[in-house]
This record gives sequence, C-alpha cells and structure tokens, in this order.
Amino acid sequence: MRNNKLICAPYTVWMTLFIIVPMGLVAFFAFTDRSGAFTLHNIAQVGQYSNVFLRSIWLGAIATAVSLLLGYPLAYIIARANPSRQSALVMLVMLPMWMNFLLRTYAWMTLLEDNGLLNALLTAVGLPRLHMINTAGAVVLGMVYNYIPYMILPLYSVLTKIDPSVIEAAQDLGADSKKVFLKVIFPMSMPGVISGVTMVFVPAVSTFIISKMLGGGGNLLIGDLIDMQFLGSAYNPNLGSAISLVLMVIILICMGIMNQFDDGEEVGGGMLL
Amino acid sequence: MLKPIITLKDIAVTLGGEQVLKNFNLTIGDGEFVTLLGPSGCGKTTVLRTIGGFITPDAGDVFFGEQKITDVPPHKRAVNTIFQKYALFPHLNVYENIAFGMRIKGKKEDEIRRTVNEMLHMVNLDGMARRGVGSLSGGQQQRVAIARALANEPKVLLLDEPLSALDLKLRKDMQSELKKIQQAVGITFVFVTHDQEEALSMSDTVVVMDKGQIQQIGTPIDVYNEPKNAFVADFIGESNILDGTMVEDYLVEVAGQRFKSLDSGFGTMAPVDVVIRPEDIDIVPTASSAAHVAGVVTSVTFKGVHYEIIVDVDGFKWMIQTTDSAKVGDRIGLALTPDDIHVMARSEYSGKFGDYSSFSEEMGMARLSSGKEADDA
Amino acid sequence: MKILLKIYTALLFVFLYAPILVLIVFSFNDTQTSSRTQFSGFTLRWYERLFEDRYILEALFNTLLIAVVSAVCATVLGTLAAVGINRLKKLPRRVMMNITNFPMVNPEIVTGVSMMLLFVAATGLFGGKNLGMWTLIIAHITFCLPYVILSVLPKLRQMNPNLYEAAQDLGCPPIPAFFKVVLPEIMPGIITGMIMAFTLSIDDFVISYFTSGTTQTLPIYIYTMTRRRISPEINALSTVLFVCIMALLILINVRQSKAEKEQREKGDAR
Repeated sequence: MRNNKLICAPYTVWMTLFIIVPMGLVAFFAFTDRSGAFTLHNIAQVGQYSNVFLRSIWLGAIATAVSLLLGYPLAYIIARANPSRQSALVMLVMLPMWMNFLLRTYAWMTLLEDNGLLNALLTAVGLPRLHMINTAGAVVLGMVYNYIPYMILPLYSVLTKIDPSVIEAAQDLGADSKKVFLKVIFPMSMPGVISGVTMVFVPAVSTFIISKMLGGGGNLLIGDLIDMQFLGSAYNPNLGSAISLVLMVIILICMGIMNQFDDGEEVGGGMLL
Repeated sequence: MLKPIITLKDIAVTLGGEQVLKNFNLTIGDGEFVTLLGPSGCGKTTVLRTIGGFITPDAGDVFFGEQKITDVPPHKRAVNTIFQKYALFPHLNVYENIAFGMRIKGKKEDEIRRTVNEMLHMVNLDGMARRGVGSLSGGQQQRVAIARALANEPKVLLLDEPLSALDLKLRKDMQSELKKIQQAVGITFVFVTHDQEEALSMSDTVVVMDKGQIQQIGTPIDVYNEPKNAFVADFIGESNILDGTMVEDYLVEVAGQRFKSLDSGFGTMAPVDVVIRPEDIDIVPTASSAAHVAGVVTSVTFKGVHYEIIVDVDGFKWMIQTTDSAKVGDRIGLALTPDDIHVMARSEYSGKFGDYSSFSEEMGMARLSSGKEADDA
Repeated sequence: MKILLKIYTALLFVFLYAPILVLIVFSFNDTQTSSRTQFSGFTLRWYERLFEDRYILEALFNTLLIAVVSAVCATVLGTLAAVGINRLKKLPRRVMMNITNFPMVNPEIVTGVSMMLLFVAATGLFGGKNLGMWTLIIAHITFCLPYVILSVLPKLRQMNPNLYEAAQDLGCPPIPAFFKVVLPEIMPGIITGMIMAFTLSIDDFVISYFTSGTTQTLPIYIYTMTRRRISPEINALSTVLFVCIMALLILINVRQSKAEKEQREKGDAR
C-alpha cells in the first residue's frame, strides 16, 4: 500500500522522456531557426499553407460525416441483432482493420485506376470511363474505407448498452419510432458519436499515405506537408515542427468543440476492443 | 473482567481528509463476542480495519494481548477478517480458498486436507469442496468465507457486516449459526453491524458508536434498559424521550408530574432526559387513578403481536406498544411505574430524538433503508 | 423496410471486403504484362517470389522481433503503471490518465515526428548509433503503453478491493499476495492488452516511418513496394497476412465462445 509512487515511477519516467520531452522539442523547433535562435518566422510561414490546411480539414470533415451517416445505421442494426449474430457482425467489421492499411489503400489504387477494375466494369456494361484516381473524391473514399470501423465500433458499444426497457418506456409514453430515435436513442448514443467522430477525424485530417496513394500530387494534405519537411525534398524540421504544432492546436480546438456536446467526462479511444 | 486480547489506545484515523476516529479507546476481552453498532459513517468499519491492520492510525497504538502491533502488517497479525462482500478468490475453488492461508504457512498436504474437511463440516458445506466459488449462493459464499478465515486459526475474527448482503430469513439463520460457531471455537469475534436487533441477539458486549465516538459499552440488556444518552436510547429500540428535571435523588419530574425513579446522582433540580419505552406504557381509562397523563390517540397501527399507538399529550406525541386496542380520536390515560422511567444525563443529542410527531409508516421505512446503506467509512 | 436494411448491410460489407477480395484473386493472376484488371490464368509465381525475397523476410523478422519485445515491455510496464494509477488519489490519477490518453488522441504523425526529433537530438548529443532497431522499439513501447493500461485498469476497478486485503489477512505478504490473487484476476485484461500491443506494433507504419532510420519493417517495405506501383507480390503478401489474421481471429473466437459456454454451464449448476 505504501509504495504507490514507486510502482508508477517507471511509467512516469518513460512517458516524460518519450512523450512530454519530444513534444517540448517540437515546440522548441517551431520557435527557433536552424541556428537555434528564437524566431516566429516558421509559424508565420505556416500561413502560406492555409489552403492545404483548409483542404485537409474539409476532406477530413466530409469523410467523418460520410462515415457517421454510413456507420450509424449499421451500428444500430448490429446492436439490435441477436447476441450470437452480434459478435459475428462485429468481427466482420473489425476484420479489415487487421489488414495493414497500406495494403487496403493499395487495393483501392488497383480498383480506381484509369484502366483499373472499376473502369473495366463500367466499360463492360457500356458506360463511359470515369477518372477517379488522383482526385479529392478518391482521397475521401480512402479515408472512409480505412476509418469507418473506428466509427462503427464505438457507436455499437454505446448502442448495445442502451436498456431496451428505456425504448419501451418511450413507446409506452406515446413516442413513435421516429420520435424514439430522435428523442431517446440518438441523444443516448452521443458519447459513441463523439468518440467515433474523434477517432475518424483525427487520423483523417493528419493522414499522408492516403493522399499520396489515391490523391496523386494535386491533393496535398497537412500530413504530406509535414512528411516533406522531415523526410522529403523540402527538408526543414523547424517549419515541419511549426506545422505539426498548428495541426495539434487545430485538433485540440476541434475536440474541445466536440466535447461541448457531451456531458460525460471520458472521451477517448478506449472502447476499441 | 476477561483477559484483554485487543486494546486500542488513543487511536486517531483520518481518511480522505476527514477525521474518522479521535482519541478512540476500546478493550476487547479474550473469547468475547463484541459487536460494534452504529449508523453508517460512524467509524465502526474503520475500527475493524485498524485492528485488521489495513489502516495505520495517525496516532495511538493497537495492542494484541500485551504486545504492541500498531506497525505489524496485516499478514503477520493473528486476526482474520470476514469481508462485507466475502472477497473469495474467484480463480480458486472452495477447497483452495479454504486452504489458501495454510498453503502460505507451508502446512503439509494431509493436514490441509483434514482441516479443510473439518471446516467444511463445521459450516455445513460437506461435499462442496470442488465447486467454483462463482457457482455458490450468497449464503454458501458466506460460509466459505468463514471457513477460510477459521482454517487460519485466528485468535480474533473480525466480521464486517457479513450478513448485510443476505435476505432476512437467511440472515436470521446465519445469526444463530455464527453464535454457535463462536461458542464452538471459543475465539474472540468482533462483529460490525448497523442492525440493532442483530447486535442485541448475538453479542456478549455491544459497543454503540456515533460520529467516531463510543456512546456506550455494555451487555445487550444494559444498553437496552439503561441507555446512556438520547442517541443510544433512540438507536436501540423505540423510545419516548422527554425533557425532565431531577428534583432530587429518586424523584423526577416529567410531563408535568413527579414520579418515583430508581436513578440518583444527578444533583437537585438538574435538567435530564427521560426515556420511556413504548412497551412499558399501559393504557387505562382517563378517569382511572392509575392514569398519570392523558392524551388523544392520533394513529393506530396493527403490528401482529401488538398495536402501535401514537398518543398526543399536550403536543408531545408518545408511542405506545400494547396488546390493548384503541380508536383514533379516543382520549386515553397512560400509566407508568418507576421501573419504566429511565433517567439520562443531558447530552449533545438531547431534544433531537424521541418525539413521534413526524412519525408515519413512510418515515419509518425511509429510516430503515438509510440505515441499511453500507458503512464505508 | 427490412429488406432495405438487409441490402444496406450487405452493400456496406461488400464495400469493406471487395478490395480485399480483389487483392486476393489477383495474387493468383498469371500475367506477363502485370495488368491489374485482366485475369489471365492461375499461378503461384508471386508467392514463390515473395518467399524468395530476402528483403521481405528480413523485414518480417524485424517486425516480429520489434512486436514481441515491445509488446512484452509495454505489458510489464503498463500493468505496473495501471496498478499504480489505480491506487492514486483523484488528482494525480487525473494527471496520469491525461498523459496516458494524450498519445491516443494526438495525431500519429505528430507523435512520430516528435520522437524523431528526440532520437536525432539524442544521437547528436550522445553520439550513439543512428536511428534503427532501438529507436523503433522505444517508439513502439511508447505508443502501445496506453492501450495496455486502458485494458488493465477496468479489470482492476471491477475487482473487489478486499481480495488483495483478504490474501494479506490470511497471512500472505503484500507482493506474493499481488501475484497470487490480483494477477489472476486482471489476467484477461493483461492478455488483451498484450495482444493489442502486439498487433498495433506489427501494423504500425506512420510512427515507424519517422523513427526507423534505414531499418525495414514489413509496413515500411510494403510502402516502398506500393511506390513502385505495379508489383503483384504485394497481392500475395496481402493474402498471406489476411489468411494468418483470419486464422488467429477464428482461433481466439472459438476459445472465447468455449470459455463462455463453460461459464454458462457452471452458472446453470446452481
């Protein structure tokens, strides 16, 4: 009972060294130039890329909204299925997630190409070919495909915990099925919505692989920008740190706004398994 | 007086920034069945956990016999605990649960087997050794917990509201069974409860506690018949508590009349609390010479063995338990004898208890259920 | 209405699985032109190539090594941390939970970049080797830790706190009491945490990408392969991985439902 602090100590030291100190370094690099002198130049420079930021947030938001609209009904269907089928359906949703997301995205490359499978299918039924790869739409598709399980699973885990007698009570009090959904089920599933939206929006906004593989060169996102500053042609860690810092702030603000909708305290990714 | 086995001396305990015990002193005799009785939050569980070694007091000392054990960790104390929710090890079966303590001591396998079987027999669980503890009923789990603790041959057994999770019928059965077990093994039992009836029917000694302080220690008969203050009188059984004045030794004035009393030593014209138990009052016609006070019946409730009658006597409502019936609105006389009148010194509890003017069935229920809450202090 | 819902469910699953199916089918495609749209005959050539590829095998070895080491380290460290955090008072616990949740909500790319800065600075300061295996392992332990903690903590909270006391009460010193009583109780959480850590580590690309130096892991190798665009070996690799994962999941599921069934039977025995 007495050595609580000792038990926590290794973890505290570890997280300090490898989470807090690195974040400090990001902040330090963002506000210094190559010689280490203080400067606001990097932060100011981030402004030049506002179009990239806007595009990332815009595409991320669309992908999140689509995931929510597509995922919510499925989560609800699964939650209302009988228990033995529930676990099988959850498994089916999770299974693609266990496949490396580079491979999943690669699969879409082969499908969306100009002479890819989808276009072959279109010509076969006599329709004109479509240019799909290297468009913003392809990027959104890739985001939805990769992250929709992160929307469905938290929604499911909240919906399945709703006591059926609450719904019966609402019906008993005269609510029709539309009212039951709007007044009871949806408000009660809000924590799941928030955690799902967070879990889709954050990786979607900061991705750099999906845009690279499906978006061609024309759909640069924040992630690509950061990648370029650290491991790419435009090597400039100071600018890269500044962009990362701004990205973090944006996400923190978005999550702060999201949490306004929630009365609960704990939002996070803890409901995955 | 029995030879003391546990002594708590000037104990102070603070939990979560709150002073739960302060200058707490208690001596428990060897072989006694002692009950700590009080409402939730009164500190009774804290006393038990201090004896068990799970709480180290901020000040004061714990003695086991003559030996100071304040800083001895729980696993080296010759006391064992029955926890409120039994705390059986879910990953072990009944046999292994009971054998746990002996295995740690490195006892031989055949000795373990013999003891476990003995224990199972004592708690009426023969043949259940290989069952998983998850498949047992509440009462059975309770018995395993007792067997597990006793297999360790403790000198003192601490029981933290062990019966609170059982239903009424089972609780009654376990009460007498626990008492039997205690007499069979002959060790000290320290029992914590908020149920006054449980305390009265099982204990050799009852320790009534409130707000971290001992209000009274005594035999069940003592604390019932001679409560020390208004709190004890109210907490144990039903009581009418009236303001009175001790005119002189053996003479008390209450409800506008002077009564002979058996009490003395309060001085002359001293303000006191007077307790009159509802079952000690007889109802008589107002005209009768036996009637000391008269009042109007405001409620009558049939309780099976007796009627519970509330009588308004000049604004103060008395509770009377009697086999005689009366009707609401009747004017009746109340007869008292010196034996029925118990005088207590004034205390911080004076005036807080004992008037049944707000009494109704719902209130009674609410009080019962709030008393049932776990004592988590 | 019912049929509409069924169609919707089916379509969504087609959306989720069609790409994977296409990958698998075309891993057997025998074609010289490496066309990704026409199926011109069955072959196992890409599988042969896959298993002859020295780089892939090396990357696989690295990935597994990193996953095992970081999963074990994260599990030990994380379980200890969870036990510690569970005993903390409200305020310090809040602080610790915020630190724990931070890497889970922080964009992966920022975590990766920040660690890269740290490792580069460290090699600059202390000499030492370049980024590689050791930086990868540190990074993987770090991002796995929160998942371990979050799967162990609920088990600790569910546990009757008196269990640990009961063991001590029966004469067991604190540390053996932890191993004898607490550990078996929270074991399911620990195992879940370890499996999560292991799979997260195997699957990770973003953070590895920034902290690997020249060391190849499987995801990084896949990335370089996709950049070459046309390489049916990837399809073969995807298929192999998919089959492995399926087998693993089915195994876990069967075991779970068996355990549940036993539990139910035990319950009925009352």
